[in-house]
Amino acid sequence: MLELIVISTLNGVLYGMLLFLMASGLTVIFSMLGVLNFAHASFYMLGAFFGFQISRWFGFWPALILAPLLAGALGAAVERYGLRHVHKNGHVAELLFTFGLAFAIEEIVQIIWGKSPVDFRVPPLLDFPAFTLFSTNYPAFKIFMLVVSIVIFIGLLVVLKRTRIGLIVQAALTHPHMVGHLGHNVGRIFMLVFGVGTALAAVAGVIAGPALVTQSNMAGLLGPILFVVVVVGGLGSLPGAFIASLLIGLVQTFAVSMNGSLAGAFGPLSPDYAATWLSDIWNVTVAQIAPIMPYLLLVLILIFRPMGLLGTRDT
Amino acid sequence: MSDATAKIPATIAPPRPAASDRLKFYGIWIGAALALLVLPKLFSSGGSLTTFSLIGISIIFSLSYNILLGQTGMLSFGHAVYYGLGGFLAIHAINIIAKNKFAIPLPLVPLVGGAAGLVFAMLLGWVSTRRSGTAFAMISLGVAELVASSALILRTFFGGEAGVSANRTKVLRLFDWSFGPQIQIYYLVAAWTLIAVIAMYALTRTPLGRMCNAVRDNPERVQFVGYDPHIIRYIAFCFSGLFAGIAGALAAINFEIANSAYLGAVQSGTVLFATYIGGVGFFIGPIVGAIFVTLLSLGLSDLTQVWQLYFGLIFIAVVMFAPGGITGLLMMHRPLLKGGTLSRVLPSYLVAFVPTLAMITGLMLAIETTVHFTVNPGEDSHIKAFGIPFDAANPAIWAVAAVLLIGGFLIARKTWARVAGSWDDALTAAREKGVAA
Repeated sequence: MLELIVISTLNGVLYGMLLFLMASGLTVIFSMLGVLNFAHASFYMLGAFFGFQISRWFGFWPALILAPLLAGALGAAVERYGLRHVHKNGHVAELLFTFGLAFAIEEIVQIIWGKSPVDFRVPPLLDFPAFTLFSTNYPAFKIFMLVVSIVIFIGLLVVLKRTRIGLIVQAALTHPHMVGHLGHNVGRIFMLVFGVGTALAAVAGVIAGPALVTQSNMAGLLGPILFVVVVVGGLGSLPGAFIASLLIGLVQTFAVSMNGSLAGAFGPLSPDYAATWLSDIWNVTVAQIAPIMPYLLLVLILIFRPMGLLGTRDT
Repeated sequence: MSDATAKIPATIAPPRPAASDRLKFYGIWIGAALALLVLPKLFSSGGSLTTFSLIGISIIFSLSYNILLGQTGMLSFGHAVYYGLGGFLAIHAINIIAKNKFAIPLPLVPLVGGAAGLVFAMLLGWVSTRRSGTAFAMISLGVAELVASSALILRTFFGGEAGVSANRTKVLRLFDWSFGPQIQIYYLVAAWTLIAVIAMYALTRTPLGRMCNAVRDNPERVQFVGYDPHIIRYIAFCFSGLFAGIAGALAAINFEIANSAYLGAVQSGTVLFATYIGGVGFFIGPIVGAIFVTLLSLGLSDLTQVWQLYFGLIFIAVVMFAPGGITGLLMMHRPLLKGGTLSRVLPSYLVAFVPTLAMITGLMLAIETTVHFTVNPGEDSHIKAFGIPFDAANPAIWAVAAVLLIGGFLIARKTWARVAGSWDDALTAAREKGVAA
């Protein structure tokens, strides 16, 4: 039992940090540009596929640097030549633009790399068990993932709290218009923020690619969860996104490792309706409903705290 | 309040439309009904009847979506939930009716789907419509994922991956219509389409429809007037769910099966594409969009392997360059047509058309050649795209594609700037003639 708790906590925190790598970029982009980037998860996917391709040519380590740079440049170009053009048509048009972009990116990835998963391997340098807890070998690559995401998290914190550009970004989180009035080159800041945000998502993609499955549907699978994180945390709130990421990471990881069901808990009662079509609910295990846990959480949050955990802004 | 209204002279109320206007108004609907009746006589092949049925279903679904997006300003990424649940309930209803021999004919089954859509919209809508704007969009996405994932867990009701099927011919027959042949299904869909379109048009003319527009444009002011935007969004959401359920039930009757794809993100995305490409600003927009997108998805999938990519690119192009959709583009020309200055714009259109076409051809050539080398690398390089054969291995093709794409883009940019200039001139001239733009 203790083993389960420790391993699940580690995995949950890891998953949560990965989510936060993406959610942080998404939140900052939303706060500054006012547009929720629907294609954010697509840049995560692009990161994974670029990482796969570059690690095939030059190895994993160059890929870890180059793939995010490439994806970030692509993100900046999308902002400069796409979003900025759509901006005058309002937020709905911007959201729809990123929605169409997500659709197109998925199709393009399918054309180039196919629909089946690609063989993106853990680099040999990190392909060993880091330590053995009780009886489980914990792979070194997962520790590496955790370290990378924590380093980026700290780096992000330092940049936001200690540098001039961070100050501007922070100001833009709460008073986006004022920042513009103060004479900053808002267009360039937007492009930069969009590029950095998408690059962060791509970093998550490169380090998650070998550990999870690198496939053309990975953006579609992760995207909705990412939006749940942002809404649960409170739109535009970075600390909220952090808490929500960890929360959802932990909830989902723990749920996967649990095998309980209503039938297991109240089996001896075996009420009559357990035999009807309700038997699905009666017999479903917690592990089976793990994929819908984030969405259940979303509905609960919306009922009890519509602004999100730490949200203050109403869109 | 009643005192105040009593004192206002009656002239403020809009005058009753003249007889000719009324004739024109009802004439449109009667004309549409006649067209629906005659259509299968003109195109009687099985394939075209299926296409018409799909278009009809898509029209109801898109219009129901536009109650949210166009009229109330709510962007939903999960509208297929109500469509799909309507479909599932309709399939179960057909099975139950057939099993117990209830005296309910098939044409009434869409009501079951509509009721299902309404009930679930009432249940899920209260939470979803609390927020508007981006938050609503994300919430609708989350709720859609919740329902779609739950559908795979509740296997008994939703039938797992395979779905639930039914036999539509086993229910009570009226006038000896078995609803086996596609022509009878066509008439069923056509009748329901007409009913639903009229109902949804009528809805836009009610005070509720007007308040929906007000909530879309200025929710704060609506609150000052004394309405609760949340309630108005909620009611609009419920109506939207009702009609989506009807569309889903018709789809289920048409295919005799309902599966989890009905509820999924692809279905939600398709209706969003259809509505937006058609144009959200006008009532007729989603109808145009539904026809266009259904024909496009059927036609393109025959012509090219990667039709979904083209689909996405068309959508992006519409969002970027024609936010009003197809109908928005057409309606833009109305003041010019009325002012008689349309002819001033047409030449510049023709000039801009050539490089734009070259650019699009170059893009398509590049896509198709790339697809050949990545998707089917081992095959013969003499491929056919859009019915035109060419050799993908020939380097000249790459050169041609690059020249068309880049050259077309550079020239097109210049010519469209000219179009904008002549457009402004024409509009100014039209305004001088006293046409309100």
